[in-house]
Amino acid sequence: MKKLIQFKQVSFEYNHESEEEEPVAVLHDITLSIKEGDFVAVLGHNGSGKSTLAKHINAILQPTEGVVWVDGIDTSKEELVFEIRQQVGMVFQNPDNQLVATVVEEDVAFALENLGVESTEIRERVDAALQQVGMYEFREHSPHQLSGGQKQRVAIAGILAMQPKCIVLDEPTAMLDPQGRREVLKTLLSLNREKGTTVVFITHFMDEAVQANRVVVVDGGQIIADDTPKAVFSDVEQLKKVGLDVPQVTELAYELRKAGIDFPNGILSVEECVAELQKALGG
Amino acid sequence: MLKDISIGQFFPGKSIVHRLDPRIKILLVFGFIITLFIVRNLVSFGLIILFLTVTVFTAKIPVKTVLKSLKPILPLILFTAILNIFFIDGHVLFRWGWIRITEDGIRLAVLMIIRIVCLIIGASLLTYTTSPIALTDAIERLLSPLKKIHFPVHEMAMMMTIALRFIPTLIEETDKIMSAQKARGADLETGGLMKRAKALVPILIPLFVSAFRRAEELALAMECRCYRGGEGRTRMKQLKLTVSDWVIAVFVTAFYIVGILMNLWIPALF
Repeated sequence: MKKLIQFKQVSFEYNHESEEEEPVAVLHDITLSIKEGDFVAVLGHNGSGKSTLAKHINAILQPTEGVVWVDGIDTSKEELVFEIRQQVGMVFQNPDNQLVATVVEEDVAFALENLGVESTEIRERVDAALQQVGMYEFREHSPHQLSGGQKQRVAIAGILAMQPKCIVLDEPTAMLDPQGRREVLKTLLSLNREKGTTVVFITHFMDEAVQANRVVVVDGGQIIADDTPKAVFSDVEQLKKVGLDVPQVTELAYELRKAGIDFPNGILSVEECVAELQKALGG
Repeated sequence: MLKDISIGQFFPGKSIVHRLDPRIKILLVFGFIITLFIVRNLVSFGLIILFLTVTVFTAKIPVKTVLKSLKPILPLILFTAILNIFFIDGHVLFRWGWIRITEDGIRLAVLMIIRIVCLIIGASLLTYTTSPIALTDAIERLLSPLKKIHFPVHEMAMMMTIALRFIPTLIEETDKIMSAQKARGADLETGGLMKRAKALVPILIPLFVSAFRRAEELALAMECRCYRGGEGRTRMKQLKLTVSDWVIAVFVTAFYIVGILMNLWIPALF
């Protein structure tokens, strides 16, 4: 598969207003590539640099050192910024602060209107995007009548309407209730599986990260793990060291193993765990 | 409690009045106001009141709501009426001490009351039958010739849209902050004016801080959706004038002109 996003030795520093203060290094020497059709979960505790990493993907931030390529375009080329943003859509944490219009369908149309698309085509793409996230029936509602999860799905539809190759989501579920979290995750999974949209999903919920086909762990501005969920969550000690949790079942397996019971590594789902427990008890 | 405030007081519907192009509607309301202030004979006023009544019923707006919209301007109506009755010179009907009432005064008072009432009802009909988004759109389109003199028409319309979008959000937030401050022992309901004004400070400051934070995030989200001002922007819903829009526009304008022309033949009320 084609490499859609490439980070090559990227470092990023925030400059302070005054000259005396040292610039704060947020990212340090990051090399990462994301293939088309990937579903990547990015994990890290607060201040690890995971949001900064995400903002590099659609040229909100440019690296201090190194290069970021998106679909072959260098993100530091300012004249191509809108090309990049069309390819990589970004969804933020607070759904309230990213909806612009007073009607759902008008909001979904916002990006296309900005891009100067013909009005008949806007209509088609807006309807298609709303159907994809399951919010078509709500197209004439006002955003403040919707639940958090619904608003976040509208925000996703607003990005989908641009037909991007990749969607980056910066903790989209952090402010949602469990119901809303499930809705959003389900929407993303179906997009990734049915349409092949690349998803970069920043989260601190481990049970969400498990659903990805690749997990990247960021700590102190560096990538400390990058593998399948199974492999990443096998190393429970390392994750705990950087202040992250593991899914409950993985934790249980870990504790059992520590207590001297023969139990396999990297258990991610309840079903798996139950099967292994039965085996352990029966045998 | 704060949630009950309705903005723009829009009554969704599918009547002819609702479906009329918002640009035409705005212009016709302007025409209406101008007519209202030129006309000065009873027959024309009768026609205008008839016109308003017909519009209210075709738009299916409850009469109660229409009358309610007059409530806030009741003091203004009374004030104008009193001023006119007591301070206009002319044929004196009644005198008591320095107070005197003239025939012309009464006539002018009646005229002004009819004018103000019709003005408010006419203007409210616009907001009752047009969604805020259609209104903003129409204003943007109507003002677009001003772009030539570098008036930021698109920016203004965008500001209106965002304001409308965030009013409910900020009201909700105010509610939350008020509860949070009350939980910390803030007293918002007792004391004199100054004390109450001071009690608002701990509500307004967090509200402002959060509004700025929201603004920053929204700006970022808008940039991510390729927003770069009004240039080269298209719209999903384009305003298109249909034949029926034109027919209504011509018919209503003709009606205004007839009303105005009646001034020539029918003796003025004042």
